[in-house]
Amino acid sequence: MINGSSLLSIEHVSKDFYGNIVLHDVSFDLHEGEILGLVGENGAGKTTLMHILFSMPVIAETGGFQGSIKIEGTEVHFESPFDALDAGLGMVHQEFSLIPGFTTTENIVLNREPMRPTVLNDVFGDRMSVLLRDKMRERAEKAINKLGVNLDPDMLVSEMPVGHKQFTEIAREIDREQTRILILDEPTAVLTESEAEVLLQTLKRLASEGIGIIFISHRLQEVLSIADRIVVLRDGHLVKDTPNQNINLRDVASWMVGRTIAGEEDRYQLRSFVDIALNVRNLWVDMPGETVRDVSFDVHKGEIFGIGGLAGQGKLGIPNGIMGLFPAGGEVLLDGKPVPLNNPAMALAMGMGFVSEDRRGVGLLLDESLEWNIAFTALQIHNQCLKRMLAGLFTQRDEKAMEELCQEYVKLLDIKCTSTKQKAKELSGGNQQKICLAKAFAIKPQLLFVSEPTRGIDVGAKKLVLDALHHYNRDFGTTIVMVSSELIELRSICDRIAIVDEGRIAGILPPTADISEFGLLMSGAAMEEAVNA
Amino acid sequence: MRNIKTFIQDFGWPRIIIFLFLVGLFIMAPFVQVRLDASISDVLNRFGQNAIMVLAMVPMIQSGCGLNFGLALGLVSGLLGATLSLQLELHGMIGFLSAIVLAMPFSILFGWIYGKLLNRVKGEEMTIAMYVGFSFIMFMCIMWLVLPYDNPTMVWGYAGKGLRTTISVENYWLHVLNNFLAIKIGEFFIFPTGLLLFVALFAFFMWVFLRTKTGTAMTAVGSNPDFARASGVDVDKMRTISVIVSTFLGAVGIIVYEQSFGFIQLYTAPNAMVFPAVAAILIGGASINKASMVNVVVGTILFQGLLTMTPSVINSLLHTDMSEVIRIIVSNGMILYALTRKMKVSK
Repeated sequence: MINGSSLLSIEHVSKDFYGNIVLHDVSFDLHEGEILGLVGENGAGKTTLMHILFSMPVIAETGGFQGSIKIEGTEVHFESPFDALDAGLGMVHQEFSLIPGFTTTENIVLNREPMRPTVLNDVFGDRMSVLLRDKMRERAEKAINKLGVNLDPDMLVSEMPVGHKQFTEIAREIDREQTRILILDEPTAVLTESEAEVLLQTLKRLASEGIGIIFISHRLQEVLSIADRIVVLRDGHLVKDTPNQNINLRDVASWMVGRTIAGEEDRYQLRSFVDIALNVRNLWVDMPGETVRDVSFDVHKGEIFGIGGLAGQGKLGIPNGIMGLFPAGGEVLLDGKPVPLNNPAMALAMGMGFVSEDRRGVGLLLDESLEWNIAFTALQIHNQCLKRMLAGLFTQRDEKAMEELCQEYVKLLDIKCTSTKQKAKELSGGNQQKICLAKAFAIKPQLLFVSEPTRGIDVGAKKLVLDALHHYNRDFGTTIVMVSSELIELRSICDRIAIVDEGRIAGILPPTADISEFGLLMSGAAMEEAVNA
Repeated sequence: MRNIKTFIQDFGWPRIIIFLFLVGLFIMAPFVQVRLDASISDVLNRFGQNAIMVLAMVPMIQSGCGLNFGLALGLVSGLLGATLSLQLELHGMIGFLSAIVLAMPFSILFGWIYGKLLNRVKGEEMTIAMYVGFSFIMFMCIMWLVLPYDNPTMVWGYAGKGLRTTISVENYWLHVLNNFLAIKIGEFFIFPTGLLLFVALFAFFMWVFLRTKTGTAMTAVGSNPDFARASGVDVDKMRTISVIVSTFLGAVGIIVYEQSFGFIQLYTAPNAMVFPAVAAILIGGASINKASMVNVVVGTILFQGLLTMTPSVINSLLHTDMSEVIRIIVSNGMILYALTRKMKVSK
């Protein structure tokens, strides 16, 4: 399939954001008429690479990048995304950038409309030109035909099914005559299976006309079915650049997630459990961006249960739904007793705790003292730190008890602060996270949901947070459900790990399972295929 | 030096400037033949008159509903209570207290409806509140004419129905608080003990209330509603409670004001009471989601001090009436200043 010369060369590209390396010496070529599948986990550096290609402002603002980019052998330096477009790069985004009130035609030729000058042009310039509607339509139809799909040029974007929107975006990119390189970022994420199939066929057609395509997707099957070559990024490194021959899903999956961390294995200590602490049956949660469709699982008493999966697949929706923070339905039983959904106070009163993934938004009272942050939930739910006055007529905050409670956890979790009266916003991310944990520990939950506990905190603090969870589980027998995008973390601390994909549980694995199996589940490959592969 | 710097930062430049200006006015007063003792007595009196209306701002600020620009609902409840107590011919302390008790059901009802409304417009509370206040005052302009009051001291003489714009409480409960345990020193200085005690009592109630479980929850709602919800607090309920408490305090505030001022002012008069109360608490150093008793006391003294001293001192100095102009500049300027600082609240 690989024919012709190198269309785009990425040579030794490195990029760091304030010392945090996200791309490290990445080099690969894209040839004419080639489809290149670019795969990697969240945070592997795919998006940053695309930002560099299009010289998005964010790259220049954070100090540029090292290495060079060549198009047809000549090095290019784009000043802005517009230069990249002029040089023949086209990009189809995951989120649609279309104008809903415009028709297909108008969207396809937007800002490149064929125009006829009028007399007013002499005074007001180009803005007063007249659009040539029939020419516009002609061009749109040409682009649509090139795609080989059935799109109505006069339909409003707002009335289209999602699949058509995706095709409109692609048509817009190929209407640009100079477009020779097309980059698609998760183009099939919003499509149904049959729509995705049509899209893949279209891409093959475009490639056969000599356009080079970079196809970014986490659906590995799709990548395997259309790519000529596969490039795998992991933690900013290019780990594999191989023609798509004789490789299977399992290989790609393990390249994608396969990391070995020294010492990680010691933590495995398989335990077995009998009693069930939490039954979840047919749970759905309407959490924007993290929709849970139909999830059923059991959590044993005393275990650490991990929930993993890629961003946006619904793993965060599970704890948020059970704790009543987003509209949810289905059946949840805690120790056999039904948990009323959509009622945070009841969920807490029944003995469940929650450490939110949105630390600054939901987890903390940034403008209040540490005492308030730690004691507040316990005060509201268990009437802790409250003094009864005048024979129970009214209550008063017991500030001394609040301080003591806070001191206890500052010592226990080694929270770095100048005093317990310090405001939460003044602490570092890692210490803020510990405050969130302390808040949840303070209500003495039987079952604790911890959502993304290590997001946005540095490596040292990560370890402390995980250790705190580990000890809390061992010392008090608290059941912990930990949701995280970091598979290594889940594998280092959990007894069992469920992987969520498209709002459903794709499978539950022991932490000792082969990494490729986790990769397969995350990539939307069904269980059976994983077994057969 | 460092201490002075942090003090200035905490206290804020606007407050310091107003404070220095006020001190300047007091220093100038004797030179323009304005008696200092009478002035101080005046300031104390006006502080007592207005403090509870300023205090009414606290619960809504704490619960994150912003400044209560709809305080007029509370004021109208107070006016209803006051007029009803006159209608029932209740005199003295009984009359004053019954006015408060009679105002209570109205303030709870109005506050509840107003709270429900504000829960539907989260983020835009202050704008909506202002229009609720304006339109409710206009609605009451009709009601004051229509309601079947018939006490001759209250209704228009020629028609025998419809309430007058100003009603004297002289024969009912004028100065019941001001004269309670009042200390008179010399010819011009009166210390309004009862009035200040009453204010202190309400400030204490508020302090206690904010430290109860409910009050704590309310403060958390104002600080971060998502946090409060995740901790099992019913955010909308807390907000509604804060609005009801605020409305009730508005009612008490206007009744206290009337017993000291001597008149019940109806129709569009409540319009003139809302902005000074908002400005006072802001001068006191409250932000739009944090307020304390100190803010109330400091703010009311500064604002009312300014209002008392500028007419007497500046007018004697310039021989022209500048007081109203200064009042408007200070109160609206202060509100403007506080609203532009809105962004400084961390989220």
